[in-house]
Parts: sequence; structure tokens; C-alpha cells
Amino acid sequence: MINWFKNLFSGLFGDLFKGKTFKLGLYGPPNSGKTTLANRMCKDWLGDNFDIGTVSSMPHETREVNVQESVMIKNKDGKELSFNLVDTPGIATKIDYEDFIKKGMSIKKAKKRAREATKGVIDSIKWLDEVDTVLVVLDSTEDPYSQVNVTVIGNLAARDIPVMIVANKVDKKKSSIKKVQGAFPQYEVVGISAKYGKHMDNFYERLFSFSRK
Amino acid sequence: MVTLQFVPYNQIEDLTSIGRIRKLLNIAKSNKIVLLQGRLKQEEEAELIKATMEEINKEFKGIELAVIENASKSKDSGFKKLKQGMVSLLLGQRDGMTIIGPSSVVKKIKKDPNKIELFTKEARKRR
Repeated sequence: MINWFKNLFSGLFGDLFKGKTFKLGLYGPPNSGKTTLANRMCKDWLGDNFDIGTVSSMPHETREVNVQESVMIKNKDGKELSFNLVDTPGIATKIDYEDFIKKGMSIKKAKKRAREATKGVIDSIKWLDEVDTVLVVLDSTEDPYSQVNVTVIGNLAARDIPVMIVANKVDKKKSSIKKVQGAFPQYEVVGISAKYGKHMDNFYERLFSFSRK
Repeated sequence: MVTLQFVPYNQIEDLTSIGRIRKLLNIAKSNKIVLLQGRLKQEEEAELIKATMEEINKEFKGIELAVIENASKSKDSGFKKLKQGMVSLLLGQRDGMTIIGPSSVVKKIKKDPNKIELFTKEARKRR
């Protein structure tokens, strides 16, 4: 029995213990701040010039999977954690080009964006087979009970992929980390503001201990 | 007018994953709201989203999806959960209900631990 647990443990986290690089995926609905967090992590650990992607208030800004290789973070004891950061397009169940037009985009651009966004969602789902550990990034001002969140987290659980939930946008008045914790009580939830770099030290410490569990 | 189509679990249990997804998606694409007894497998739910994205065009803009779990499930003891797990493995996940609505008809499905609300779009906006 002990051996079985050992095998399971090393199967899930073995690469981390050996110091090998693993793939850390950022998943979540559109506009939850995945790319903002990815950019923040790259800037914090690789330097100011590193950006993994562009951010905007328009949903589906990220429409391709972007990978930043060899991100190395250190904890306060000087231990290192190295991973390839995988920023994925937001997962949605509907995409209507007219929504982009309502936000001021031309018809041609809106249709193109919608086409690319649908492909982005498909790629995100395909990448579920590739990632080793996942941060599910949620907008803490929004309803956490959406089926997309439940489906993504349920899928990761079914694949035995470790998940930590990031409740983003805690700088906003409507933010509620408690609501996120209430929706997913079996998961570790960490609150941050990726945009303003709020609580990032705590986030890195939690990421470190979570990845080494 | 909103049309609901109830799909008992036995109508999908013998189908392959692709077959299940196709059946449910085809109903949603015909502007009907699907009420499925039970739920799809976790992997099938993700595949449903993927298949939906592949089908999006001028007329079909996607779906709204909600899964209602059996309310007592989360409070059950370890043994009961294990028993339910075995039953699900053998007979499929018949507990709960899955709602799949075309986004041209269903504006939003709001879910919290105590209730589920389905908001439909106004008819004039569906044209």
C-alpha cells in the first residue's frame, strides 16, 4: 500500500522533485486575467522586457496558446522551481461576433476575432493533455459557479492534474475570495491582483509549496 | 416560444462519446433546450465545448451549459460515495440533470448551491 502511494506520488510530482521543468498551465474563462498573470510572472522572474502576450478589456484577446519556456522562481529559502508557463485562451461555450461589434469593433475584425477565438478554445481544451500542473485563474468579481469553471476543474481532476485556484482582481470592490473558496472548497485558493502585483509574494510561496506537495 | 426536450439517460447510454455529444448538440442546434437526465462524463463535457466551438457559424453562436448535481451527493459518507461511484461506473451518471441551451435562446444559466435560474432572450432578439 505504501509503495502504491509512493508510485502515485512520484508519478504525479516526480518531475518536480527531480528538478525537471514541468508545464504550468493557466486556464480559466475569458477576461479573468490569465495573460496579465503570465506577464506579471515573466516580468517578476525574467525581467521587464518579457511579455507572453497582449492584454485588453476585450474578451478573447488571447486566441493562441503561448508558451514561455524556463521560468525559474525562487522561494524565500533560496530553493528553485522551474517550469514552462503555458498561457491558454479563455474557455467559453459561446462566441458571438456581434458582442465584439457592440464593443466597438468593425464587422470584419469582429468576425475574424470570433473565428480565431473558437479555434483558441479548441486549442485550450487540446492542451489539457499536455500540462502537468494548472492554475485556474478566475475573476473574483464574477460568479464562480459557471459551468465552464466547473467543467475545466472537473476535467483536470479526472486527469489527476494538480490544480490551484487563483482568485484574481482582488483590487476591485466587488471581489470576493470567499465566494470562490465556497464554490471550490476542496481546492487551494489564493487571492491576487495580477494587474497591480498585489499579494504576489504570497502567490509565489503558495505556488512553490503547492507544486512541491 | 421556448421548446424544452427531455432526454432520458437510456437514450444516450449505448452511444459512444461522440454519438452522445452529436445527439445533444443537434437538439441544441435546432433551437431547443435539452434537459438530459444525469450527466456526461467530465471528458465528454469538455468535448461538448470543443464540438460546439467547431460548429459555430452565422446562425449557431454556441450554448449555455449547466449541470445540476444530486443535492445529497456532497453530504454523503465515504462508503455511500464509493457505492455511488461504482453504480456510476456500471450504469452511467444518471444522477442530477444537464441543461444545454442554444445561446440564441438562453441568455444565461445562473447557478448557486441553492437554486438554478435560466434566463431566456427576448424573441425579437433571436431573429
